[in-house]
Order: sequence, then C-alpha cells, then structure tokens
Amino acid sequence: MSNQTLTRADLAESVYEEVGLSRNESADLVESILDEIADSLVKGDNVKISSFGSFLVRSKNGRVGRNPKTGEEVPIEPRRVLVFRPSQVMKDQINSDNS
Amino acid sequence: MIKSELINKIAEENPHLFHRDVERIVSKIFDEITGALSRGDRVELRGFGAFSVKERPARVGRNPRTGEKVDVSAKRVPYFKTGKHLRERLNK
Repeated sequence: MSNQTLTRADLAESVYEEVGLSRNESADLVESILDEIADSLVKGDNVKISSFGSFLVRSKNGRVGRNPKTGEEVPIEPRRVLVFRPSQVMKDQINSDNS
Repeated sequence: MIKSELINKIAEENPHLFHRDVERIVSKIFDEITGALSRGDRVELRGFGAFSVKERPARVGRNPRTGEKVDVSAKRVPYFKTGKHLRERLNK
C-alpha cells in the first residue's frame, strides 16, 4: 500500500508515455474522455466499460429527511445519483497480492 | 454507452489520430486507475469523482438457504464518490 493520490496530471503523463503525443494533447484527451463519460451520464445514459466497471444513473424518490442534530424534518427532493459498479476483473485485481 | 462507443466518439473528435491509438489511450486510462487502486492508491478527478479502496474486515457470514455459518475473508472493494460538479449536473 503506497497511499498516494493519482490525478488528471498522472493520467495525462501515462497517456503521454503510451503514445507519441505532446503533453498538452495528452492532457486534453484525458479531459475529453472524462467529459464524454459525464455527458452520457447527464443524458441519463449509463456507461459500461468492459473489465473496468459500470457507471449507472439511479433516480431516487423524494422523502422526508431529518436533521440528526436538531431532529427537525427537512424535505429531500427527488434526485438522480451516480453509482459505480466495479467489474469482477477489477475486484479480483484489487484483491490480488501484486501490490 | 460502452467502451467501443466512447472510443469512437474520441476518434471522431480527433481525426488526426489513428483509431488504434485512441483505443490504446482509452484503455491506458482505465488500466492506470485500476492499477492505482490495486496499489491501494486513490484516484482523484476533480469535478468528476474519486476512486478509492475500502477495507472490508473478515466476518462470519451465513448461507441464507441453509443457515450454515461460513467464514468470509477480509477483502478490499473499490469505491467511487461522485464529484460535486457532476453531481450537480445530474440534477439540473
């Protein structure tokens, strides 16, 4: 366990090393890929990446919530939430001892 | 949308790139995320979301059909938290 945090910059760097593109263009591609995924989800269209996992949009009904501190009732509006379901391949890889 | 459709969209936006290079780039990004998680690292993509790994301790489970006790070993599970910007966009 190294407990580091990867960011867009690290992904861009690995794209840069993978194909012969400039660092700028590599960063732009990472951004376009994330944008395409987000746009699809915002349209309500799930995104399934084989051997990685699925991003699913779920609709939640409105309900009456409660402020746990004051006990006061607060309405929670119906909303859409995103859930990620990892593939079996990812789950296996995360539990294999190659770290 | 599935992975091949994502690759096609990116390829259309970047006509100067070979299709096979777009495939490599898209695969590389997902492989990097999985790789980071298997090392126990986090992946934080501001505005989109963050991937992390949660530890599940070992527990004694039960076969729901027979009621029999079964040992379930400790495991690590991937977790995704939606970023603020994307969460807001989903509800606009």
